[in-house]
Amino acid sequence: MKKWIILPALFLALVVALVALGSVSAQGAQPQAGPTPSDDQVNAVARDLYCPVCENIPLDVCPTQACAQWRDLIRQQLAAGKTKEEIQQYFALHYGDRVLSEPPRQGLNWLVYILPPLCFLGGVYLVVRVLRSARKAPPVPGTPSSALPPSDDPYVRRLEEELKKRN
Amino acid sequence: MENKSLITPAADEKARPRQLPAWVIVLAFVLLLAFLALIWWGLNRSQQGSVQINDSVPPFTLTGFDGKQYATKDLAGKVIVVNFWASWCDPCKQEAADLETAWQYYRPGGKVVFMGVDWVDTEPEARSYLSQFGISYLNGPDLRTAISQIFRIKGVPETYILDKTGHLKNVKIGPFSSLGEIRGMIDPLVN
Repeated sequence: MKKWIILPALFLALVVALVALGSVSAQGAQPQAGPTPSDDQVNAVARDLYCPVCENIPLDVCPTQACAQWRDLIRQQLAAGKTKEEIQQYFALHYGDRVLSEPPRQGLNWLVYILPPLCFLGGVYLVVRVLRSARKAPPVPGTPSSALPPSDDPYVRRLEEELKKRN
Repeated sequence: MENKSLITPAADEKARPRQLPAWVIVLAFVLLLAFLALIWWGLNRSQQGSVQINDSVPPFTLTGFDGKQYATKDLAGKVIVVNFWASWCDPCKQEAADLETAWQYYRPGGKVVFMGVDWVDTEPEARSYLSQFGISYLNGPDLRTAISQIFRIKGVPETYILDKTGHLKNVKIGPFSSLGEIRGMIDPLVN
């Protein structure tokens, strides 16, 4: 009879001990940050940032100590669970918009995004217009266009004919 | 008479290619001029030199590592020493101890304020640097590089000394070589 009581009691005590141990382990793990991000993960963020100290060199390939510190900062922020956008915002807030590879879409910066497509569309419009007007140019009345070589201007052709008649 | 029959006004008009509407031409020129003006403005702005000696320095605010804000307009009547530095900057380390010694010298008088501006740096390393050299004067990051853009610094260390009226009186590009050099620039402005 005692065996029937002791065995479940031992089993229950074991379960309670295991649960308690797991709880303690979990509490111990809570303050720790996530896994350390790899260099590739850091560089994925760094390649879109520029350090003002080394102009025109992306942060992922910049060899200076300042850039190394910035990459460490990115690593810390990735480990803290921040996204690429949040990290870029942090860097823009602390070091200015010029650290970003693309200017933020606000204020005068919009010109960078709007002007090139507008100029391109304007150019396309002009080219189409000129081509269409060149195609539509009608032959001079009285001059059979089929008699002319394709490259001849009807006006010049007729002028030449008139000059020949005079001679 | 033959010449008249050769080119009729109608034929001449039809043979001529169609011209663009006037508004398109005007708009194109306006856009071109606006674009050129924008380029001129940008180049002009980028080529503006730093604040010159005897120029009035625009007011600015430094957010200290302690989180408080320190505005130069609240420091009127005091000589302000603005030192740009960074933890990754080796020449900055050469002058760090001398700057702190100078600060300790002027601190009791209350006529001089030192402002350390941490340029393009990371905060943990900056705090470690301040701790390493025992720097006790006001320090803070150059948020959005706003302060360095006022002075248009080229690098670190650079030090700008403003007189009691907020005019720039002395500039040191590179590290100070001695405490005497620092005092030599500040003393004439205090007395």
